[in-house]
Amino acid sequence: MSLAKSYAVSLMGLAGTLIEVEAEISSNLPNFVLIGLPDASLSEAKDRVRAASHNSGLSMPARRVTINLSPASVPKHGASFDLAIALSIMAAGGLVRAESVAEWVHLGELGLDGTVRQISGVLPALLGAKAAGFRQAVVPLANLAEALLVDGIKVVGASHLRQVAKLHGAEIESEECTTEARTPSGTAPSITPFLVPDISDVIGQEEAIQALTVAAAGGHHLLMVGPPGAGKTMLAERLPTLLPDLPLREALETTAVYSIATNRVVANGGSLITRPPFEAPHHSASVSSLVGGGMGFPRPGHISLANHGVLFLDEAPEFQKPVLEALRQPLESGEVIINRSAGTARFPARFQLVLAANPCPCGRLSGKGQRCVCSQAQKLHYAARLSGPLLDRVDIRLAITPANPAQMAIGNQSEATRKTSEVARSEVASARAAAAERLRQTPWFINAQVPGPYLRNQLKTQSAITAQLDRALDRGAMSMRGYDRCLRLAWTSADLAGRTSPTLEDVSMAIYLRGSENPMEPR
Amino acid sequence: MSANQTLGRYGEDRAADYLCGLGYTILHRNWRGPAGEIDLIANDRGRFVFVEVKTRNGQGFGHPFEAITQEKVSRMRKLVAQWCETQQLAGARVRLDAVAVLVSGGRVNIEHLKQVY
Repeated sequence: MSLAKSYAVSLMGLAGTLIEVEAEISSNLPNFVLIGLPDASLSEAKDRVRAASHNSGLSMPARRVTINLSPASVPKHGASFDLAIALSIMAAGGLVRAESVAEWVHLGELGLDGTVRQISGVLPALLGAKAAGFRQAVVPLANLAEALLVDGIKVVGASHLRQVAKLHGAEIESEECTTEARTPSGTAPSITPFLVPDISDVIGQEEAIQALTVAAAGGHHLLMVGPPGAGKTMLAERLPTLLPDLPLREALETTAVYSIATNRVVANGGSLITRPPFEAPHHSASVSSLVGGGMGFPRPGHISLANHGVLFLDEAPEFQKPVLEALRQPLESGEVIINRSAGTARFPARFQLVLAANPCPCGRLSGKGQRCVCSQAQKLHYAARLSGPLLDRVDIRLAITPANPAQMAIGNQSEATRKTSEVARSEVASARAAAAERLRQTPWFINAQVPGPYLRNQLKTQSAITAQLDRALDRGAMSMRGYDRCLRLAWTSADLAGRTSPTLEDVSMAIYLRGSENPMEPR
Repeated sequence: MSANQTLGRYGEDRAADYLCGLGYTILHRNWRGPAGEIDLIANDRGRFVFVEVKTRNGQGFGHPFEAITQEKVSRMRKLVAQWCETQQLAGARVRLDAVAVLVSGGRVNIEHLKQVY
């Protein structure tokens, strides 16, 4: 009778639990028993491990093998335990050094021929292993680039079970494990510049570009209302190009979420995601696909994939009402907690929301709106789809008008003078730095996060500047919430202009950007 | 007799020799009961041992033990009860064993598992 153990990681959301994989070989008829709350795909590990071992020339013993995944109370899923199971069996059978196997974390799915296949969630799994005190890990070669992002843990990549057996002292001929990530073939990192959106592609629309820059600088949520073809989608797609690169902590978090959303990181070549993500779900999206969910095990939704980036809802009123309402809580807390039968997961969801809408169902209600064919009831119904509580969280409400032929003509000539995303991005970066410096005593770091009372206190003494807002408040033209929103925008405008506090000019800009209290109101 | 039956017979002979060498007394060979057949029944110091023997020539079809399925084991349990009934042995201490006889290149290798389930 012989015993051995190895380690793997079970993920629930981004939180990893270290799992001890114990193997026992007993003198009994050949059988393979896997216990410790595995799900269906993990139970199938038995057949994968058996075939992979046999085809690697490292046959399993013709005895009863019992695998226990401990702690037994934690539900486990997926195929990433295959490698740890195979190695613990080999160690129990004396094919490899048991003490060596017990010091490493093994992550990987096995093919029937013994190849080690890529898995999802390597980054969060390794962070979990590191937190549990492990210093060495074997990962699939295809995941090595991602795995190397974790500091303080030695990671080697393997493409075949034999390499891992050799690592632990098996007396076989095999290549060594590698520590050098290879770039996946076919995914060349260089993208042709024609495909990269840039703010200079937009002709005319100076106000919209200004609003977009303010949105980027202050992290303000944005609503664009305009007729079809006015450029709402084009503008929204260019918002991420105005955002600065993600700092390391945020980049790691974004990459980790992408990693558990199967195969997203692999599509990125497995390296760190340093640019803010852009998610644009179709308006038929369900609540689960947007906020997260899944069968049994919680999976991240679009709002978590857009973490530290932009979530763009095109044709926002066409989304189902419960889907839009589900956004309210994550918008407030910056994270989402998903409960499923197998457990509860917490996903980050700190995204910048961009909504686009037509002014009415037919889309022609702009300008004088004479060509609009919608009935009043239709318009009211359409406008009511975007609820007050959701719009309350949107600081900038922008009416987009189509560029006219004169602007087109000028635009085509002045291509060289149009501001590029690169220039705008550096403006945004310095505005953000100024805001962070001003807010360093507070828990906030961008203007969009700052609550009203704090804003009002800061400008208490400068009544000359807020006079315009105070008048609007007195007249009843503006609500208290709208007042706070204006102050927030005024601060961002001042940050962008390099001023230490807002001026009258900034307040006017803010009033313009805030737009109408009811942006979808039928005229 | 087919080649396989000859091989099986040869394996059972080797297994019986092996068990005698361990000090077991062979009581029956190929005992037939209503549920099937038990290859060897032996007495190991007062304990009745029921042995399933599997013989293989080379390992092309896997290890002999892999051919002893759960179904086979449960059939043997029934046979044990039936044998005890015919011998009027109530409360006897019994054990199920498996013996693998591997024949390859003129060499014979015997593996023995005690108390299988």
